[in-house]
Amino acid sequence: MRIGLFVTCVNDLLYPRTGIAVVTLLERLGHRVEFPEAQSCCGQMHANTGYRDEAVPLIERFARVFEPYDAVVVPSGSCAAMVRDTYPRLVPDTAGIAARTYELSEFLVDVLGVTDVGASFPHRVTYHPSCHGARMLRLGDRPLRLLREVRGIELVELPAAEECCGFGGTFALKNAEVSSEMLRDKCRHIRDSGAEVVVATDNSCLMHIGGGLSRAGVPVRAMHYAEILAS
Amino acid sequence: MNPPNPLIGTRPFPEAAATELRNPQLRANLTHATHTIRNKRSRVVGEVPDWEQLRETGRAIKADVLRRLPELLEQFEAAATAAGATVHWARDAAEACALIARIIHATGHREVVKVKSMATQEIGLNEALEAEGIAAYETDLAELIVQLADDTPSHILVPAIHYNRSQIRDIFLRRMSDVDPSLSDQPAELAEAARKHLRRRFLNAKVAISGANFAIAETGTLVVVESEGNGRMCLTLPETLISVVGIEKILPTFNDLEVFLQLLPRSSTGERMNPYTSMWTGVTPGDGPQNVHIVLIDNGRTATLADEVGRQALACIRCSACLNVCPVYERTGGHAYGSVYPGPIGAILSPQLTGVARNSSLPFASSLCGACYDVCPVKINIPEVLVHLRQEYVNDKRDQTSAERAAMRALAWVMRDSRRWSTALRAARTGGGVLASVLRRPRVRHMPWPLSAWTSSRDAPLPAQETFREWWARRERNGGEER
Repeated sequence: MRIGLFVTCVNDLLYPRTGIAVVTLLERLGHRVEFPEAQSCCGQMHANTGYRDEAVPLIERFARVFEPYDAVVVPSGSCAAMVRDTYPRLVPDTAGIAARTYELSEFLVDVLGVTDVGASFPHRVTYHPSCHGARMLRLGDRPLRLLREVRGIELVELPAAEECCGFGGTFALKNAEVSSEMLRDKCRHIRDSGAEVVVATDNSCLMHIGGGLSRAGVPVRAMHYAEILAS
Repeated sequence: MNPPNPLIGTRPFPEAAATELRNPQLRANLTHATHTIRNKRSRVVGEVPDWEQLRETGRAIKADVLRRLPELLEQFEAAATAAGATVHWARDAAEACALIARIIHATGHREVVKVKSMATQEIGLNEALEAEGIAAYETDLAELIVQLADDTPSHILVPAIHYNRSQIRDIFLRRMSDVDPSLSDQPAELAEAARKHLRRRFLNAKVAISGANFAIAETGTLVVVESEGNGRMCLTLPETLISVVGIEKILPTFNDLEVFLQLLPRSSTGERMNPYTSMWTGVTPGDGPQNVHIVLIDNGRTATLADEVGRQALACIRCSACLNVCPVYERTGGHAYGSVYPGPIGAILSPQLTGVARNSSLPFASSLCGACYDVCPVKINIPEVLVHLRQEYVNDKRDQTSAERAAMRALAWVMRDSRRWSTALRAARTGGGVLASVLRRPRVRHMPWPLSAWTSSRDAPLPAQETFREWWARRERNGGEER
């Protein structure tokens, strides 16, 4: 099986550790991962902000770059949902690549059939189910099943976990005040959970949540769950 | 001057929302109310083993109706006319209001009682009738509260959701002429005060105005679903009944109600069964209103129907489940949307009924979290339509320049080419490194416009010291070993 890593534009620049974690993890499980360097962005920001004509070339480019791969692994529920859910609607030819694209937990649990990835992380952790992974991909408890097998981890419940953190891409800028109010509640719930670390499937949400926690002086670290699975 | 359009706010959503966000009482009322209804809905929906099949059936029936709307409307008109009703057609709000005023004037009466109806809110009927010297009295408890307060509804199903009970008591004491001054804020006492107040209106009413939840093409029957019995009074006591019905309310057959009378109460009020379901077919001699009119309104629906993606908004049965789960609505309330249709469904319905150009901030009033789609009893993919309308808006403005468009175009140009993209990442990483060494921390607290909107409440990360692709290239050079 030829596995291509779509690291996402956000991770490439701001959170390379997440991409490194995916490579480390998959290699530890005995798989070879390739990173096609011609990749850039899935086009979600353009499409969701209304710039369809700008998004389409990025979609076609993604389809071309990842065509040779049997599986495309994405450490982001939102970008994976863009490919799986939105691509075929905007560019009908992409149905094939869309069906072979997986968010990391789907690839691990459904394709590789593993939940114990041999990780160890002795900390108190709470999990925020990011919206697109939860509602567009229906990830369900896949990320939690992986986290539950991590040695030493203590998973604690996040109140109102399913509620959006308020990021929403350009929503955070166009409707900054509503977004900030949503974030404030999310940060309060994270603090109330008593966790040391909040994890999610998406660094974009975590950038928002982490930025809010840091501004509010809440000593909880925001971290991509791949980094725990690789540790 | 034209009267204000009930589908368009006077301010863009972000601005109106900011005002509402600064009202802590409103927030408390909304949080309490939306969470109560949300939880109740979730409980009773969970009891239905075939809920997903019911949703799918509801969606399919509505999709079929939208495909065959012209023939079904003609079938409805023929059946209702044969049963003794007079069917009228109105292209827009002004035409509908003028028509209804003419019907009322012809009766010689100057007062009407009203059943709660979104269609009449949408066309601004009460205000139009007032200008014609006709007083329209709302009889739904929440609509009565809103009307007494000279306010506008802020929720499709619970129009006074922004008030708590002590605020309602104050409104009654101030505006209800026949109220007992010792009125408390106990719900039972408030309801009793309203009941006494409304009873006289029902007994005196000669003309009533209603909407309809469903219109059955096969039989010409109209259906009103309500919880208080005020609808039943209005629909049975007066001599003249005028029903204002959006053309999308059609169902093909009486049997189809079986699906919707399960979907609607559980999704809207969280009830297993609806308390008062009234159905009437034209005129029944000697029983109920003898002068029955039906006003079918278009008001932007035909234009909405022409949009292949957007038309699914016309499947809406006005249950409001999407409002009650929406994290945006929960914080801003309905008035921020500026339309009688607020919340997620309003954000896709209002701009389509008016044309996106006149309501352009609403499709952006969502984080696209998708909670609305999950609860919709007829499976309207609200996030899909929101994005579709954003694209329509941006596309319509293609020839105008803006800072956002320039930035989006430039970014897409960079991302389309791997060399340009790699160079840009390297430049951003270098710039971030410089900034980090100056700031002596990996986070930024203040950024220039437009990113200042981000740093108003959140710190921003700086690029890592090495991008992922640089790490990968270094590792490849070293034979795949380097970590």
